[in-house]
This record gives sequence, structure tokens and C-alpha cells, in this order.
Amino acid sequence: MSHMSIEAAIKKKLGSFELDVELHSDCKRIGILGASGCGKSMTLKCIAGIETPDQGKIIVDGQTFFDRGVNVKPQKRKIGYLFQNYALFPTMTVSENIAAGLKGKREQNRQVVVRMIKKFRLEGLEDRLPGELSGGQQQRVALARIMAYEPEMILLDEPFSALDAFLKDQLQQELKQLLEGYDGTVILVSHSRDEIYRFSEELVVMDAGRTVCHGKTKDIFADPQWKEAARLTGCKNIASAQRIDSHHVCIPAWGITLTLQREIPEDIRFVGFWAHEFLPVWKSSEEDPVLWNGTLPKGIAENRIPVKVESVAELPFERKYFLQSGDGSEEICWFVQREQWELLEKMGLPEYLEIPEEKLLLLR
Amino acid sequence: MEELMNTLQSLDWSPLLISLKTGVVATILSFFLGIYAARKVIHAGPRVKAVADGILTLPMVLPPTVAGFFLLLLFSRRRPVGILLYENFGISVVQTWLGCIIAATVIAFPLMYRNARAAFEQVDVNLVYAGRTLGMSETAIFWKVVVPTAGPGILSGTILTFARAMGEYGATSMLAGNIPGKTGTISQRIAMVIQDGDYLTAGVWVVIVMLIAFLVIFLMNLISGKKMKQIKRW
Repeated sequence: MSHMSIEAAIKKKLGSFELDVELHSDCKRIGILGASGCGKSMTLKCIAGIETPDQGKIIVDGQTFFDRGVNVKPQKRKIGYLFQNYALFPTMTVSENIAAGLKGKREQNRQVVVRMIKKFRLEGLEDRLPGELSGGQQQRVALARIMAYEPEMILLDEPFSALDAFLKDQLQQELKQLLEGYDGTVILVSHSRDEIYRFSEELVVMDAGRTVCHGKTKDIFADPQWKEAARLTGCKNIASAQRIDSHHVCIPAWGITLTLQREIPEDIRFVGFWAHEFLPVWKSSEEDPVLWNGTLPKGIAENRIPVKVESVAELPFERKYFLQSGDGSEEICWFVQREQWELLEKMGLPEYLEIPEEKLLLLR
Repeated sequence: MEELMNTLQSLDWSPLLISLKTGVVATILSFFLGIYAARKVIHAGPRVKAVADGILTLPMVLPPTVAGFFLLLLFSRRRPVGILLYENFGISVVQTWLGCIIAATVIAFPLMYRNARAAFEQVDVNLVYAGRTLGMSETAIFWKVVVPTAGPGILSGTILTFARAMGEYGATSMLAGNIPGKTGTISQRIAMVIQDGDYLTAGVWVVIVMLIAFLVIFLMNLISGKKMKQIKRW
């Protein structure tokens, strides 16, 4: 009999809003993406049994943990939880921390600890206290402690938010590798799209306590479909849209009416556009379009936004232009990679930005 | 100088022993009771919390003689509880060493309770959650994680409790009286000899009390310094 890895419906009143999420998946690597304070940590805590939902249902691998009249203690759920601050026991050494959840005989436990120390490359740190370890080492100890306990599911609650930026990338890869041998379900909660994209096969996008959408991670990143999902997956330019007919849509904030080849669905309320996908068009060379990033503007006049530069932010590898256009209600972000700077310096700033149709996101 | 030697030679050392015994026993009792009460109060609802906290702190705020009054009311052999204890178990509280212990415990307990509670409230709740998700029982989490993490606060609570229990005067004099060799503590002895105008003996006892107090604090700091040094605290 095959089970869903997780089936959960959680309702819980939380201060100013109500958490109301649904999570159904048979995938082993699930990500929950949401802004800070959207209730994603609370969702994890309910699954682990640390918090109790007001109502709902939580079934993990066919085992009912929470339902009407059922509320299995966290001690009995066998769910490992990696806390944002790792929650290592400060008065226990690394070895003692790893052994904290073990129930077996002394000798047996010792062997488990030795195995975990080796697996998580903690040799030489056995007798240190957590306060003497670096952030990355603490994370490995916390993970070793969870793995020693042999949980059936692991929940990762913003595991990288406490780390320095330069360590994050390395540790994300490390965590991914360390979890490769684990065949239980892992749920990662994060507000960082990079972490989620790298880690999860399936993705749940949450906003203000609710599930916005759910699907394969790659699909959602390629076509978010929902405004909140687009914003969380990193789409900088989102503007409300008024559908005129099946091939025309008016974007007041950008001051244009787009003409599209594809059919525009009736329920579209917003459009989104990635900040690095604009194609610049110069008045001086309108007859002879300039190749940008290997792409030639199509020259469809309707799909060009007339722009005026508001401000520029220069970063090591890209420049961010903040542009004014349309009715001025939404700023447009245009990111230019370093390789293009030379061309931009030669040509000056463009008068228009063209929107290639295939890159435009139609959002609900 | 000769006078001092004479005083020392003829000194009745029994108050020292009685005070130390009382202090140690009352501290042990307060330690467990205080931690237990702190744990219960933290988990109680807000209304129960307010009431319980008030009652448990009361002995610290009230004059010790008021506490002594209530204790007498409770344990007097002419009162129900006193009668019950004496007739069924042969236990007598008034004018006995047991009275010393009870008086000292009641007066010193709030210090332990309040310090333990403050220390527990500082413990990161995620540590408790982590213990639960790792399958540790609530008792194991409490004694292996929460209490050691709250260590410094509990330790200072214990020191203060011991100091308070050893020096208790008001409630003790009412409940246990000042029977030499039985319930005569150092504090009571000092008061007694002062009344007789014997400042020299009183001075000797004062020096002894100060030495003990200093020694206790020094030892505690030594132990805590060794154990806690590796935990980073501001």
C-alpha cells in the first residue's frame, strides 16, 4: 500500500491572521516558500506536534498524528526538527547532544554517536560545548542529533538564516548532500527562493497564512501563475492588468497595452516580468535593432515601455535601474548583467524597454 | 586579648551546628520545592499564575513574625493540624528543631522559587521543543536540559536561600523558640547575649557568621565558574 508522504490541513488562529494551509504530497523533498511571518514555521511546528492546530488533520506516511480526538505527542511522532537557531542543549557536549534522543543500551548508543560524529565530520569536537562551535558546525551537530534519532520525517525551519552570506552557499550544498542518503520525507521552510529551488522537488507557496499554490518547483518558478508566487519566486515587476480581449491587455502602471500572440485567459489580474529579461530599444537605432544578450528586439511598438531612469544601484555583477513610466504607480526594475555594461555605455540609456511576449507572466 | 581567649574557650558551639544543620536541610527542601513550584507556575494559566505567584512570594514580603504567627496557628498543639501531627505521628513542631527547619524553609523558599522561575523563563523554549521532537520525556527534558541551562540562576537562588535560611530569626524564635542545644541558632544566640550586654560573645558569633557567608559564596562561585565558563553569556 502506498501512502502520501504527507497529508495535512491545518487551521489555527494566530494573532492577526488565521493560518489555513493544505499540504498534500507524495514527494520526498518538499519546500514551503513564504515571506517572514506568513505562518510557515507554525505549519512545521504543527506537523511536529510542538504546536496544536485549532482544527485540521495531519497524516504522515499513513499514520494519523492529528485529527478529531487524536493528537499524538511530539515524542511519539518520530519527526526530526531542525530549528532556526539549532536549539542545541548548551550544557551538553557535542556527543551528549547527539545521544540526547537515544533510548538504547549505553554501548549501542555510543556506537551510534561515533557513527554520526564520523558521518557529519565532527571528529575532534566530541567534547566541545555548542557555544564553542561555528554556525556551520552547530548545524551539523543539530542534524547529527536528528539523524541519530532515525526520524521518519525531517523538518528544516529556515536552516540558513542564522549564517553569514558567504557560508550559506557552501552549507546549502552540504546539507543537500548530507540528506541525500536519507529516504524519509524532508520539508524545508524558507523565505529564500534560492534555497527552495536548490533543495525541493515540490513547492508550496504560502502568503498570509494561506496556501497560494502547490506544484513541481521548476514549474512554479517557470510560470508562477499567481501574483504572490511570482513575487516570492523573485519576479520584481508585477503590475495590475486589464484584459481588453483575448490578445490585448492594458497595463496602466507601465502606460502600455500589450499585444500578445497567445490567448489571454479571462481571469488574469496581473502581469509579471523578470527584471533581467527586458530588451532595450534606442530611438537612434529603431530601424536597426541592437542585439541584446543574444536576442534581437522584435520591434513590436505596442510592447515597448517608454522609460525614464529614476535611480541606479551598482552591484559587483549587475546594475539595477529603477525606472519611471506609465502612471507612475509602479517602479520598473531592470537588471543589467556586467557583460552588457559596455554596450550600454556606448549606446547610452535606452528610451524604451521591450517586453518579449514569451517571457511575460500572466498572473492571477 | 585574654578576655577574648576566655570567651572563645568557654564558647558554647551548639548554635553553629544547629544553624548549619537548619540551613542545609532548609536549603535542600527549598531547592526541590522551589524548582517544583516554579515549574508548575510557569505552565499554569495567567490567572492561576498571578494568584499562585502571590501566595508563594508572600513569606518573603511579610515580616517574619507574621509568618511565625501563621505557623504557630497551624502547628500549635492546641490546633487541629498540630493535634493531628502529634496524636497520629508523635510529631511536635513547636519548640523543636523541626520547627527551626519549617520556619527557615518557609521564609527562604520564595528566594529559591523566584530565582528558579526567573531562570526557567530565560531558557529558550526551542530547547524544550527540541527535546520533545527527540523523544525525550518531559521529566528528562526538565532535569537534563532546562535545569542545567538555567544553572547560574538556580545556583544564585540556592546561595541566597542558604544564607536566608541560616540567618532566619523572627519566625524561628516564635515557632521553635531559643532552647540552647536544641533550637538555639546563631541569630538567636547573638540577640540573647546582646540583651545581656555581652558584646564580645556577640562579636565572635558575628565574625563566624560572616566567615561562613563568605565561604559559601566563594565556593559557589568557584563551582559555577568551572562549570559555566564554556557557556557564552553576556
